[in-house]
Amino acid sequence: MTDIALPAAVTEAAPAKAPAASLTTKTRRHRALAYLQAAPMALVFLVFFVVPLALTLIVSFWEYNEYEIIPAFTVQNYVDVFEGCLNTSDACTTVRTYLSTLKFCALTWACTLVIGFTVAYFVAFHVRSRTLQMALFLVCTIPFWTSNVIRMISWIPLLGRNGLVNDTLMGMGLIKSPIEGLLYSDFSVVLAFVHLNTVFMIVPIFNSMARIDRSLIEAAYDSGATGWQTLWNVVVPLAKPGIAIGSIFVVTLVMGDFVTVGVMGGQQIASVGKVIQVQMSALQLPAAAANAVVLLGAVMLMIVAMTRLIDLRKEL
Amino acid sequence: MSDRPRSPAFYALAAFFALFVAFLYGPTLTILVLSFQGPQGGLTFPMNGVSTHWFGKLWAGLGIVDIWGALWRSLRLGLVVMLLTVVIAFFAGLAFRKRFRGERALFTIAVASLIVPSIVVSLGIGLEFRLLDEAVKWAAAETGWGWLQEHGTLMGLYTSALGAHLTWTLPFGLLIMFAVFNRFDPAYEEAARDLGATGSQTLRHVVVPILGPSLVGVALFGFTLSFDELARTSQAIGGRNTLPLELQGLTTTVTTPEIYALGTLTTGMSLAVIGLALGTSLCLQRRKAKAGLRLG
Repeated sequence: MTDIALPAAVTEAAPAKAPAASLTTKTRRHRALAYLQAAPMALVFLVFFVVPLALTLIVSFWEYNEYEIIPAFTVQNYVDVFEGCLNTSDACTTVRTYLSTLKFCALTWACTLVIGFTVAYFVAFHVRSRTLQMALFLVCTIPFWTSNVIRMISWIPLLGRNGLVNDTLMGMGLIKSPIEGLLYSDFSVVLAFVHLNTVFMIVPIFNSMARIDRSLIEAAYDSGATGWQTLWNVVVPLAKPGIAIGSIFVVTLVMGDFVTVGVMGGQQIASVGKVIQVQMSALQLPAAAANAVVLLGAVMLMIVAMTRLIDLRKEL
Repeated sequence: MSDRPRSPAFYALAAFFALFVAFLYGPTLTILVLSFQGPQGGLTFPMNGVSTHWFGKLWAGLGIVDIWGALWRSLRLGLVVMLLTVVIAFFAGLAFRKRFRGERALFTIAVASLIVPSIVVSLGIGLEFRLLDEAVKWAAAETGWGWLQEHGTLMGLYTSALGAHLTWTLPFGLLIMFAVFNRFDPAYEEAARDLGATGSQTLRHVVVPILGPSLVGVALFGFTLSFDELARTSQAIGGRNTLPLELQGLTTTVTTPEIYALGTLTTGMSLAVIGLALGTSLCLQRRKAKAGLRLG
């Protein structure tokens, strides 16, 4: 995973195709084979991604009652999503939920970016042996392959009322009574987000840094740049693609989350994903679909804004 | 750079890295320790003796929750997802090396599948299968065919849940295949072809052995991501839950170290799989290097 890039076929704009008549049988068979090889993946994405998204969009305009969904056009579901939002004096539920989720998003993004960048920078530029680099990189990624729920639960003995943190602080005499809001609070939610998602920053940023020509660093050093100057004027600009990819991952993961907010928030904190999940289990499918479409729109806007800052396709 | 002495920045960064690793692994180690809590012990420190009491209780079952059934389902699904991810991603990777119409669209969709929020994908698949069920019900009523009448739901482990997992594992698989094929020297294939090998022979005896270690990596992603998948499965599974879904439910109901025992168990299984994969990959690489020496 250290060197993800598109094969030349994708990155180069396809030149004008040769006229079909001049194709030899062999190239034609070659082409047919490519379709055959790509077909299973295309089929899976068609059936389990494209069609479901299209259906979500369609159903979001359907009516429903307590028993069933009715294929009749309505915009009521969207009206319901934004109910009361024109009232400017106090924010409606949807806006408040989005603001809360955006707050988690911003905090998580800032923390994962700083931590992820620092860790990647250390491994890529300060660890000299290639083997040790790969080993440390693996150390950072192994938890990603284990269960997220378990990793969330594992904060309970540390952050709980009688947890390790409170016990230690009380033992040191720093506090008299346990701090209440460590677990099942905004703090624990952000902590868990950072804990779970920093890997999504580390991997792409490390990948970008690994490709930086080391002689550039030498040149900066020889020209008299200080460490900070080199970092800010050479490394950061060249690591931008990785930062962008990592940011997109972190933002979309936090925006759509309902598990982390649920478990770490003690099922008390609202999130956009949770609204959808609750409506889904109440079988209010069109309402859930409308919320999903709004969420998807919001996430896409954020991604577009982020890719504006950097031409991703050119950088890949 | 490598001949310069270590700067003070190095030590600061190394300390930061060590702290990060402690942050990453510390909590998991805590529940590992606490899962060996004595019978009188609770969810937090101090340890009240050391025992395997909670593992025993876990073995006997967690009340009404069929935890072993869920574990078994997750394992089976993980293996199927792993196999399909390796095969589908491998062939798609081959296809992307040639040119085909729609390659841009397929790539875009694969990346989109990775970054569209899981709850949206899950909801979509859930909706799709509900509508399919409706359609089948309608067809049963219209035609009166017997074999359609007893239809329950199409949603299930190997239909909707499998699909939901593939939307998550395949993009990873494809990206890895891109990286792998970028470094693959086509001269090997040409040599095989010049020696008279057919396409499938080249694939079987040249490409697959060379890419072996990387394919193991794809398999690792396929299995572990599926085994721990929760968000995409949530709305796209029928009545019987996978292990992560049961675990999520247990976080609010279980108040004994049993849940830590379960955590230790599943983390241990994940680590075993990771170790197995890395070991196999290394082993294949070494064998490859040896074979290269012998032939070269």
